[in-house]
Amino acid sequence: MIEIKDLHKSYKMGSNSLHVLKGLNFSIDEGELVAIMGSSGSGKSTLLNILGMLDEADSGSYTLDGVPIKDLNETKAAKYRNKFLGFVFQSFNLINYKSAMENVALPLYYQKVPRKEREEKALKYLAQVGLKEWATHLPNELSGGQKQRVAIARAMAAEPKVLLADEPTGALDSKTSYEVMDLIQNINDKGNTILVVTHEEDIAHMCKRIVHLKDGVIVEDKKVEQVRAAQYVK
Amino acid sequence: MLNRDNWKEIFETIQKNKLRTFLSGFTVALGILIFVVLFGFGNGLINTFDDFFGNDATNVFYVFPSRTTMPYKGYKSNRVIEFDNSDLADIEKNFPLFLEYISPRITRQDTVSYLNESNSYRTLGVGPAHQFSEMTIIMKGRYLNSQDIKNKTKYAVIGRLVEEDLFGAKNSLGKYIDVGGSSFKVVGVFQDDGGDNEERIVYIPYTTQQLIEKNTDKIGQIVVGFKPQIGYAGAMAFDKSLDQFIRSKKFINPKDQNGVFIRNVADQLKQNQQFARVLQIIVGFVAFGTIIAGIIGISNIMVFVVKERTKELGIRKALGATPKAVIGTILLESVFITTVSGFIGMLIGIIILSSLGDKLKDFFITNPYIDTSVAISATFVLIIFGAIAGYVPARRAARIKPIVALRDE
Repeated sequence: MIEIKDLHKSYKMGSNSLHVLKGLNFSIDEGELVAIMGSSGSGKSTLLNILGMLDEADSGSYTLDGVPIKDLNETKAAKYRNKFLGFVFQSFNLINYKSAMENVALPLYYQKVPRKEREEKALKYLAQVGLKEWATHLPNELSGGQKQRVAIARAMAAEPKVLLADEPTGALDSKTSYEVMDLIQNINDKGNTILVVTHEEDIAHMCKRIVHLKDGVIVEDKKVEQVRAAQYVK
Repeated sequence: MLNRDNWKEIFETIQKNKLRTFLSGFTVALGILIFVVLFGFGNGLINTFDDFFGNDATNVFYVFPSRTTMPYKGYKSNRVIEFDNSDLADIEKNFPLFLEYISPRITRQDTVSYLNESNSYRTLGVGPAHQFSEMTIIMKGRYLNSQDIKNKTKYAVIGRLVEEDLFGAKNSLGKYIDVGGSSFKVVGVFQDDGGDNEERIVYIPYTTQQLIEKNTDKIGQIVVGFKPQIGYAGAMAFDKSLDQFIRSKKFINPKDQNGVFIRNVADQLKQNQQFARVLQIIVGFVAFGTIIAGIIGISNIMVFVVKERTKELGIRKALGATPKAVIGTILLESVFITTVSGFIGMLIGIIILSSLGDKLKDFFITNPYIDTSVAISATFVLIIFGAIAGYVPARRAARIKPIVALRDE
């Protein structure tokens, strides 16, 4: 599903440049649930941004679902993002003047799905994250966990190939974190490919594979025994 | 781009961001409102100006005699030139192509009284044609006619305010008034747009005036009306040849600055029109400034709006909005708001102008108005420039990497 080869990325900070990714190689198959771990500054968010086409690598190749991702202009990147990827952010990034349902329906708007169908789909995905009754509420009327579930529903609504989650539990307490991870595991169980960036060990062990980044290189890439989050959730 | 779905999206955004909508709408509406009102006031100023200077006929010469200042053909300088009845006939005979009408005007100041009321008024001995040069409007009765001139009747036509002063609310027609010691019958009452002074005048036949003044044939000034179709150039030519004719008849040195003077209203008219044009340019300049200020106002608001929405636009881009869609969202929203509020501002401005009417006459503004086409084009200019002003920050926002936009707090 995802294949990267010799990926390099550096940021210019004034006169000296900061080499963040120093030649990464790995691939992810369909249906995997991968945690990307590392301390801050290890390059894990940069990697996720490149995978999410929110940022571009300096060199190396990136193939997503058999499509080589290169020479992207903004329009092309936007179309690929819309077609291939769903995002979940640490700070939720919901549009605060739109209701939960409208937020979920937004990616479908950019897929030019007719309004009625959009709303039906949005409600369906809200129901999947258990927030159907909250469909008409604005984000500021929801708790942190609820917001993240709306964000996950929004990411899923476009039916992406890969779900990218950047510290999805970073702003949540541990109970809520497990609820969100439970949801992510359930989505993965249905066959969706998911990448989770985290620096929390327990969250990482709820995935099936952990890729450990340190100073821009992969120091460890192992399959783990998945810890089910459901056992922590009543 | 303009399908129903996009509009719904825009309406929702507008509805849910009331402050933003209000701010940009208010700026545009205020800009157009001020433009319309200022422009209307400018037109009102021009109206007042026209009222001041446009109340007399413009196809008229006033011919004044005066003392000569140069000797000529055996005549000494400092000689008094006077016109008499023969001059009227001679001018009439010599300029049939140019002349429309001619009337003498003998100006006196007399005490006029009726019963116990009396007052001092300007009395003018005139001919029937004088009505045209002054654009005198008869309210009741009649003006002086050629029979009055021929028979030297003791008939008078009095101004509206003369009647008001002497008769109060009573009717003056047919009553006898005393003018400078002689009794005159009031045959008509007139009004004049030229102000109060123009309505405190008593007109009597010039022949009657001459009869009273020891049967003289002297007349004060001559009022000459020319045919309007001869135009400005024709009027200037007529002016020149009339001047030459009088000088040769009265033996006045052609180089003498005095002796005879012709006040040419056509010339004055041209000056007035020029003055009005200058006024219009000033008004246009002020209006142009208002529109520029409005455009700057919208530009500021658009920069603010885009800045405020940076994060939202980043989210939209992460969800798959193309740069075109981002620009379209911002532009369509701003054009919609500017169009609606622009026309609201324009309508309010027009309503204010039309409700003012004569209320600001004391400030030299009469019947302010604005051509609908001018108002609409100004509104369109503001809408178009509002769109351009919105396009620049919108394009910049569309180019920001979503990851940068998402970091914006």
